[in-house]
Amino acid sequence: MSEIIIENLSRRRFLQGSAGLTLGFCLPAVATAAAGKLGAAAAVNAEINAFLQIGTDNSVTVMSKHLEMGQGTYTGLATILADELDADWAQVRVEGAAADAKRYNNTFWGPAQGTGGSTAMANSWEQMRKAGASGRAMLVSAAARRWQVGAAEIVVRDGIVSHAGSGRKASFGELALDAANETVPTEVKLKDPKDFRLIGKQAKRKDSAAKTNGTAQFTQDVFLPGMLVAVVAHPPQFGATVKSFDASKAKAIKGVVDVVQIPQGVAVLATDTWSAKKGRDALSVTWDDSKAFKLGSDEILAKYKEMAKKPGLVAKQTGDTAKTFAGAAKVVSASFDFPYLAHAAMEPMNCVVHLKADGCEVWNGEQFQTVDQGRVAALFGLKPEQVKLNMLYAGGSFGRRACTQSDYVLEAAHIVKAINGKAPVKLVWLREDDMRGGYYRPMFHHALEAALDGSGQLVGWRHRLVGQSIITGSPFEAMLVKDGIDHVSVEGASNLPYAIPNLLVDLHTPTDIGVPVLWWRSVGSSHTAYSTEVFLDEVAAAMGKDPVALRLELLTGHPKHAGVLKLAADKANWGTPLKATAGERRGRGVAVHESFSSFVAQVAEVTVKKDGSIKVDRIICAVDCGTAINPDNIRSQVEGGVGFALSAALHGEITLKAGQVEQGNFDGYAPIRIDEMPVVEVHIVPSGAAPTGIGEPGVPPLAPAVANAIAAATGKFLHRMPFNTAELVA
Amino acid sequence: MIQLTINGKAQHVDVAPDTPLLWVLRDSLQMTGTKYGCGQGLCGACTVHVDGEPVRACSTPVSDVVGRRITTIEAVDGERVGKVVQEAWRKLDVVQCGYCQSGQIMSAVALLTQNRKPSDADIDNAMAGNLCRCATYVRIRAAIHEAAKALA
Repeated sequence: MSEIIIENLSRRRFLQGSAGLTLGFCLPAVATAAAGKLGAAAAVNAEINAFLQIGTDNSVTVMSKHLEMGQGTYTGLATILADELDADWAQVRVEGAAADAKRYNNTFWGPAQGTGGSTAMANSWEQMRKAGASGRAMLVSAAARRWQVGAAEIVVRDGIVSHAGSGRKASFGELALDAANETVPTEVKLKDPKDFRLIGKQAKRKDSAAKTNGTAQFTQDVFLPGMLVAVVAHPPQFGATVKSFDASKAKAIKGVVDVVQIPQGVAVLATDTWSAKKGRDALSVTWDDSKAFKLGSDEILAKYKEMAKKPGLVAKQTGDTAKTFAGAAKVVSASFDFPYLAHAAMEPMNCVVHLKADGCEVWNGEQFQTVDQGRVAALFGLKPEQVKLNMLYAGGSFGRRACTQSDYVLEAAHIVKAINGKAPVKLVWLREDDMRGGYYRPMFHHALEAALDGSGQLVGWRHRLVGQSIITGSPFEAMLVKDGIDHVSVEGASNLPYAIPNLLVDLHTPTDIGVPVLWWRSVGSSHTAYSTEVFLDEVAAAMGKDPVALRLELLTGHPKHAGVLKLAADKANWGTPLKATAGERRGRGVAVHESFSSFVAQVAEVTVKKDGSIKVDRIICAVDCGTAINPDNIRSQVEGGVGFALSAALHGEITLKAGQVEQGNFDGYAPIRIDEMPVVEVHIVPSGAAPTGIGEPGVPPLAPAVANAIAAATGKFLHRMPFNTAELVA
Repeated sequence: MIQLTINGKAQHVDVAPDTPLLWVLRDSLQMTGTKYGCGQGLCGACTVHVDGEPVRACSTPVSDVVGRRITTIEAVDGERVGKVVQEAWRKLDVVQCGYCQSGQIMSAVALLTQNRKPSDADIDNAMAGNLCRCATYVRIRAAIHEAAKALA
């Protein structure tokens, strides 16, 4: 599948503010029959541009090119467009657009459509503003033509177009069909930010109603006439294959229709999920493990520690670390271990595929349109545009659905191919399939050293990382791997913001570990923020300096880091004592990290009991993510990021034994529950800069802030995730 | 044929008696508001009410609920507590991905039906069976307090 290559064509252009954007207007505008749910049978939706339809029933439909997986993207994109359109928020609805890389590419990714890297708002900001402003201009010209008045005299506000001189006014719906026939303006004037009426305000989520009454449609909820449900027996180790299987018992189960071999295992097809599961349980499969990966986590870690003894490929070098360390008055060192982590979205991976005479249709919580479309097309011998991808709500993803190898989507397609397309198929992964299906956040080992000179100044920093590459072998390789360094393995480490004159970051990338790995919410920063920020506190302790004061000293060249750090420290009353009850130790810790061009600082307040158990009481967060399109959603994403990261800090760990994943469900792999959720406060730095990401940046600082708070309470720095609380027994 | 009473309506389904209620709701009746998350009663995404009590439908054989009153997310607004809880959820924009929220709401409604003024500890006890991977817990807690206020 090496023909699918994604290159970062437009990011630089975009950031320079030149015309790297396409609006993807579709001319001549087409009026399409609206879905029945809109009410009046005669209502039609007029397509104003690729992102905007206005219905004769006065509905404004924003077409989202990005997946709504919880991060609030539907609401955010609609907020931007609706503000420039001057729509009434109540008339705005959002629909997921069907895949189309020409109209809906991620402008940071060149000609590819997809959602990831916390880019949805950032790459769409200018595009959605222009789409809204352009729609507004077309409504205005339609009204000017109809009323025979000057366009400049027309006012648009809250979904009403009016002309004071003649007293005429019209709703968007009344003008929709005429507006669609207006010429698309080549230049549009965007609002002065002081005139924003939705951006920066409290626009309510557009998906709240459907997600609180059970009507939101996830892939799991798709039913097609004649559809079969497939549950697959997967091999117990990565790389193992089917040697032989006996389906006689499975086929005897009521509801089971077919049993087929596919490259990923053996699929049992039934009329319903429960029958398919019973069928799979009754299968007898013999696996060929001759090419399987058979190591356990302990052996992998031992290997990584061995590799860390030798220099790796240099990812970043300034000054002369060899000389600095040789002449150091004091060297501080520590190493850190990070396990594999599963995304464990609440909706296990699933996908519906229907092969038809003239093409193929897919229903999915679709995050990686262009990659998945190319692969499915290749499998069926179709052109990509013959594969219609319907993007449904995703019940979480955290990176999992943007699979570089299209794993579960292709698995569903393979099943359809194996039955010659005789029925549409819904592939259902049970929780255990999802947990053991690989594509984990890679395991990593980090070794760090800091050199202090005779006057106690921090003059040298060496950081060595060992872990698998996510990108090598993926369509993103050309874009993100340079000179053997996978950018996402070292992000957060190679761009250390601290002013340390001698810095060396190097990387080992083992290539003989057969565990599939993938980005996991905040990617490299999910481990680099931990090792850098905890280690900096260890260095501060060795220097006898306050962690906030030391950071501020070292952040002279990074005002945004310093800004959020000061704000979080201030709101947390940093430096004041925390009250502890008898027998409990309490501490406050801090961390600051940049990821996806956003800056987040967090202060954690933690209680450690005598038995070593930890209660995270409160997290105070400060965020700088540029223009706050929807402040409440920013708070929501940071609250959620805190909980997601805390799960990994306290419990998250996928382990292998003889190549087999030991965890299968939420008992062995335990996200935090409500009783472990701290109080979270989120403070947003006011900014007029273009918006940056917010889906991921709340995650990285959490674990190091908590670990630093634990160290403040106990004197003990924790060097592995998840935390080993046995080290904290008083 | 098995006869069930779901959301006040009689339903007849042709399934094996050991079939979990979850799959009867989802696959036989295509009432898809109730979600599959774990199949072992660990995550609460499939929570429904049986005679008013919160129950994990994924690990409840359909034969156990014959003759009992089953309520799902689709009809939870039929009673005042359910309506108020949904309104609180919307007012505070609790949801993110939304997949677990049917189960969260069913558990919250059961709690508030029995305890009109739950403390944080009561909420933690009643809601600890419902996982949310997006970690919307801060707002779940706030929305339950909000609903309690509206019900007072």
